[in-house]
Amino acid sequence: MKNLILIIICFCFLAPTYAADQVKLLSAPVDLNDKSSLQRGARNFINYCLNCHSASYMRYNQLKLIGLSEETIKKDLLFTADKIGDPMDIAMQNENAKVWFGAAPPNLSVTARSRGADWIYSYLRGFYRDSSREMGWNNTVYQNSAMPHILWELQGEQFYDKTSNSLILQKKGLLNPEQYDQFIGDITNFMVFVSEPNQQKRKQIGYYVLAFLLLLLVLVINLKKEYWKNIK
Amino acid sequence: MAKIENNKSEGLLGWVDERFPLSSFIKNHLTEYYAPKNFNFWYFFGALALFVFVMQILTGIFLTMHYKPDAEEAFASVEYIMRDVSFGWLIRYMHSTGSSLFFVVIYLHMFRSLMYGSYKKPRELLWLFGVLIFLLLMAEAFFGYLLPWGQMSYWGAQVIVNLFATIPFIGPDLAEWVRGDYLVSDATLNRFFAFHVIALPLALAGLIFGHLIALHEVGSNNPDGVDIKQVKDKKTGIPLDAIPFHPYYTVKDLIGLTVFLIVFTSIIFFAPEMGGYFLEHNNFVPANPLVTPDHIAPVWYFTPFYSILRAVPPIMGSQFPGVAAMGLSVMILFLVPWLDKSPVRSIRYKGKLFKKWLTAFVVSFLVLGYLGTEPSYVWGQFSSALPIIGGGDIATFAARIFTIIYFLFFILMPIYSKKDVTKKVPNRVTMP
Repeated sequence: MKNLILIIICFCFLAPTYAADQVKLLSAPVDLNDKSSLQRGARNFINYCLNCHSASYMRYNQLKLIGLSEETIKKDLLFTADKIGDPMDIAMQNENAKVWFGAAPPNLSVTARSRGADWIYSYLRGFYRDSSREMGWNNTVYQNSAMPHILWELQGEQFYDKTSNSLILQKKGLLNPEQYDQFIGDITNFMVFVSEPNQQKRKQIGYYVLAFLLLLLVLVINLKKEYWKNIK
Repeated sequence: MAKIENNKSEGLLGWVDERFPLSSFIKNHLTEYYAPKNFNFWYFFGALALFVFVMQILTGIFLTMHYKPDAEEAFASVEYIMRDVSFGWLIRYMHSTGSSLFFVVIYLHMFRSLMYGSYKKPRELLWLFGVLIFLLLMAEAFFGYLLPWGQMSYWGAQVIVNLFATIPFIGPDLAEWVRGDYLVSDATLNRFFAFHVIALPLALAGLIFGHLIALHEVGSNNPDGVDIKQVKDKKTGIPLDAIPFHPYYTVKDLIGLTVFLIVFTSIIFFAPEMGGYFLEHNNFVPANPLVTPDHIAPVWYFTPFYSILRAVPPIMGSQFPGVAAMGLSVMILFLVPWLDKSPVRSIRYKGKLFKKWLTAFVVSFLVLGYLGTEPSYVWGQFSSALPIIGGGDIATFAARIFTIIYFLFFILMPIYSKKDVTKKVPNRVTMP
């Protein structure tokens, strides 16, 4: 018995060794209670991402969940659709996109669930100049990504330094690095929201359900005791 | 029957009883169905499995109202359920979490039987029904997993159906027949949907009914493995160590159910993906026949068997031995009632030998389960200086060792269960 436990513990220490060869991801500043970050993220996402990428499982009216009024959504954010109940779709056809970019830009509705927030955040920070690529850009997180650096005006141009294995900002952008990090942090936060718009509501309901079940547990334990008091 | 004549029911119930055995059914299976009084923690899981089964059926009905079994629409329809259907996310998470917890409950239920020898005479048929339910449940889960039409759904199905292709001679044709196409496609999705929502649930319902009938015929075993029918009350003929199922075990099972619901709802409301084990990250990418994921792992409840499949090396270029070993690892459960030669049922009165083997088996099962979720290079390679195994994956080597232990638990059972020094079983049960 003891030997077996020892063997298992040894194996547990061995377990994480293989993860080392993957790129170290930055930790994304995700806070779904930060409504203003989510609203900024919605603006950034719709202005910069929602031209090539669709988020068609999401509907515009669900943006009300992050504190936006119907008026604001219609006036400031409804570029790609006519009605507020419409999905966040794009005009570009997948067939065309494949010809233009080499790959159709993926639907971003659930990317935060498949890739994870940290991946998105690191990806948006990981673009660098690479003249060998068709678009002139490459990415440290996703090697040879077909996507050009859409936010280059904001971030500036980074170069990849092989010796230090790091990215160096060579041309300044419109935003300073802190502002840029906040900009992409907001986008990431928003994408986490988009991936499951009901998640905050889900957690809220969860507390009530658990509170009820804990009370019920006290009740059923006493009920059982009452019935079983004569069983020896 | 004579008893019912004595206290004939009146009114509406009487009217029904003259036409349908309602009162006698309630008596025979609840209020006068006698169960041993010493059930412990491990005896919650049968009732819980039934609860989860019913819940899967109910949530499944609501999911089929909105789901579209069509390769073009399936993925989007699941997201439609998650976002646009009122409380669709709750129904979907109940169903997806329910499937994982079904296996948790079933594995614990099966482990209980192994511990207390619940498969031994006269409960062999009860056990066979159970193993058959487990087999169909695996099929049910496998078919259901294709339906969200994500990358893992798609490639998981591709890998598993291709297993059939390894069968000598008929394999490739068989795999094509199962898929209905040269690769997993819309035709496959449609037939898997049919199997998942009607064929297998129907078969499962029938088998569960048979399982319960068999149980009520022979009565429950108990943690002591004592045959309670040996010591009966002289007047009533009721075993002294027995109590009516209702109300005693119905109220006790309420505790088990509530605790289960606490665990269940904690997952649903706070961690429905369970860190990628219940809902895999890659399954949020729509199925793409042209892009194979780097690492295809089945859902956690299949991983022990998947590990066995990977552990067996191909022989003469054929993967069939691995497939056969995987099949055998489940099928061997059918033989357990006849492999165990021990004179006692419960682990409480079995000797050290059985305890050691059971522990080794559980450890093998868990380690194989863990290894099945990871790529085979997870523990790195042996130094190439080592003879024979040099340069090989450590995890593959470990999986081979644990696969051997897994099978030895069954193969050697007739020997060690006979050799084992058992204790004397008391006449009466001991209360927990």
